[in-house]
Amino acid sequence: MTALTAKPWVWSFAAAILVWVITVLFTGGSSSVGLSQATLTFAAFSVIVGIGQMFVITLGPGNIDLSVPATMTLSGTLALKVMDVQDSMIALGLLIAILVGVAIGIGNYALIKLLRIPPIIATLSMSFIVQSCAIWTNRGLRIKPPETLSDFTTSYSFGVPNVALVALVLSLAAWFLLEKTTYGRWISAIGQSSFAARMAGIPVDGTRFITYVLCAVLAAVAGYLLASFSGGAALNMGAEYLLMSIAVVVIGGTAVAGGNSNVPGIWGASLFMFLVVSMLNTYGFGAGVRLILTGLIIIAVILAAGGRRVAR
Amino acid sequence: MNDRVPKQEVVAARDVKVAFGAVKALDGATLVIQSGECVGLVGHNGAGKSTIVNVINGGLTPQEGAITYGGASADQGITAARASGVRCVFQELSLCPNLTIAENARVMLSDLKGAGWRRRGLALVTRQLAEIFPGHSIDCESVVEDLTIAERQMVEIAISFAAVDARPKLVILDEPTSSLDAGLAAQLMAYVRRFVETGGSVLLISHILGEILSTSDRIVVMKDGKVVADRPAVDFNTRRLVETMGSVVREQGWQRSARTKTGAPVLSVPPLPGASIRLEAFSGEIIGLAGLGGHGQTEALLDLYLAANGNWWPAAEPKMAFVAGDRGLNGTFSLWSILKNLSISSLKGLSNRSVIDTDREKKVSESWRKRIEIRTPDMHNPILSLSGGNQQKVLFARALATTAKIVLMDDPMRGVDVGTKQEVYEILRAEAASGRTFIWYSTEMDEIRLCDRVYVFRDGAIAAELVGDDITEAGVLAASFAGGEAA
Repeated sequence: MTALTAKPWVWSFAAAILVWVITVLFTGGSSSVGLSQATLTFAAFSVIVGIGQMFVITLGPGNIDLSVPATMTLSGTLALKVMDVQDSMIALGLLIAILVGVAIGIGNYALIKLLRIPPIIATLSMSFIVQSCAIWTNRGLRIKPPETLSDFTTSYSFGVPNVALVALVLSLAAWFLLEKTTYGRWISAIGQSSFAARMAGIPVDGTRFITYVLCAVLAAVAGYLLASFSGGAALNMGAEYLLMSIAVVVIGGTAVAGGNSNVPGIWGASLFMFLVVSMLNTYGFGAGVRLILTGLIIIAVILAAGGRRVAR
Repeated sequence: MNDRVPKQEVVAARDVKVAFGAVKALDGATLVIQSGECVGLVGHNGAGKSTIVNVINGGLTPQEGAITYGGASADQGITAARASGVRCVFQELSLCPNLTIAENARVMLSDLKGAGWRRRGLALVTRQLAEIFPGHSIDCESVVEDLTIAERQMVEIAISFAAVDARPKLVILDEPTSSLDAGLAAQLMAYVRRFVETGGSVLLISHILGEILSTSDRIVVMKDGKVVADRPAVDFNTRRLVETMGSVVREQGWQRSARTKTGAPVLSVPPLPGASIRLEAFSGEIIGLAGLGGHGQTEALLDLYLAANGNWWPAAEPKMAFVAGDRGLNGTFSLWSILKNLSISSLKGLSNRSVIDTDREKKVSESWRKRIEIRTPDMHNPILSLSGGNQQKVLFARALATTAKIVLMDDPMRGVDVGTKQEVYEILRAEAASGRTFIWYSTEMDEIRLCDRVYVFRDGAIAAELVGDDITEAGVLAASFAGGEAA
């Protein structure tokens, strides 16, 4: 039991389950399946962008990627345009989305490294450029996703939403990368002390570069899936994922100071974040109260998690 | 020596027991310090020296035993200790790097307050530095992070001895000379004697036994959390001290590798502008970088390393490995276990296509634990659970576990006990015999004497090259000062 409570991700799951129970109780148990499926679907998008952000935050203080929303928008927009509602182009569309991610990742790190701009400014400026590109390509037309892709993202396998399965596969890959490979060790080492990492023979710049690219690619894949899921790309489709990607990392128990990351926690936090909103909806709160309560709940969770860490 | 004047008890820790989990750090140790004496405290890494210091300065409350300040059983804790005039210079330097020297003085000296404390603090530290280290070159208005590690140590020592309202009664010096060169260390020891003769007390912890023997009135030897000897310093000499600590003195059986330099150098660095000597290294050599502390030796090592190891692409075959001296700055990964800290530089050999083979990793780290005697029950314990000297051993093992042919060492033996040093020297010799090259910056003359060839640094460049029998303390000192003002 102590071994279990020592895991930082346990708390985000406990919070998610608690909110789920409260919500289901309110509706007398009738909503449990529907609520669970909706939660898994929407949490899946947060998980995918959250994992990318987690890798970047693990690199240590100051590392963050604020271009996530713009990346999602541009990759969704471009991919749908290329696919042009044809089922045969689905794979090509995914490739385009990934390439968009790679390009943005390279751009981010080029700004950080060549112009010596802090990541927070570099990725923010990058996101303006990317967002403008998205506006320019979008030009008011709303293209539908290919039907097969749209069906895939909105349907279920064995009762579990397909997008959640995709997120699960990506999470397992991320967990493997972090825990079992030299790359995982490297980013954790850099997050603890980049000078020590350099003197231990780690290619610090190469590793950071790959990490920023990885984050942008995951955001791009999330954009591709989200655009297909919601029947078309919209210019503001990524907006809520800026704070979401950071919040799920923090609530999930990843150290904001870097060096220590945590994949399961991303899931607990993503489920929790969506459930809080649905709970407040179920209870019939208005939009304003809902936002305030969401903020307060997030603060409470972070405080609870932080206090525990100090006590150890 | 102790019976001439009735001495007053400054602090006493009697029958103190402290345990961290299953580890007994102190097992019934007694340490009484009287006014006007310098007590030397020696023992191996992990003998309990730092723990008893923490008990005395109030940072640690013992599970059993009593602490009294000034003979009276009064309050305990850090505040009580400070109120009784106990000050401590820690082994791990504890100045705040982002503050100026005067601001650090304000942090450490609570009675430095009221209007104009900056000015008074500056004057205080300036005066004290000049008194302890006459002729030093520290700019007292600078921010601490601009100082070298030796200068930081000097500043911390000066602040600890400084008196605002009341003079400190007891100053605890934990490895005070670890970053200082011989000249500065001698100045400090002379000051300690003056301080003691005017009625103050000093508790001196050092692995440099010569200092302990020449400076202390009384020597306390600790082993496994107990005090095993407490006698006047005149009863000891180096051999007896080392034997009391529990290790056998080994004769200086070091043979310089007699082989002549053959083949092409494995390393050759053109001289800096304004200097004329190239830094060259041949296979199997142990090369010393000597000179006064902070004259560019560390920078030279960093330059060598950074030039050889790419920052973008993992090296197929690492050319060099680095052993840090300033562990907190560029050595340990503090969130990690001992195991991960040890294996980080050799992951390539421990993995298949970037996937780490954890069994092999465990086996290799276990073999290093035995070879270099890292004192821990489990390599999965956090690195910070180890004492400073043992952390240093982990960093050594990290470098030696790589396949690199050249190992750079940035004064890595700081705070390492005599027995461990001997063990590490043995390993160095064996590794050099099998063709590895070591480039070793050391502030200790005993270590410089072990080298095959020595480059003496002055003002950031190589001033002289000494070979074989020319490597003597006199030779190194002469080259360190030649041409310049003796600092």
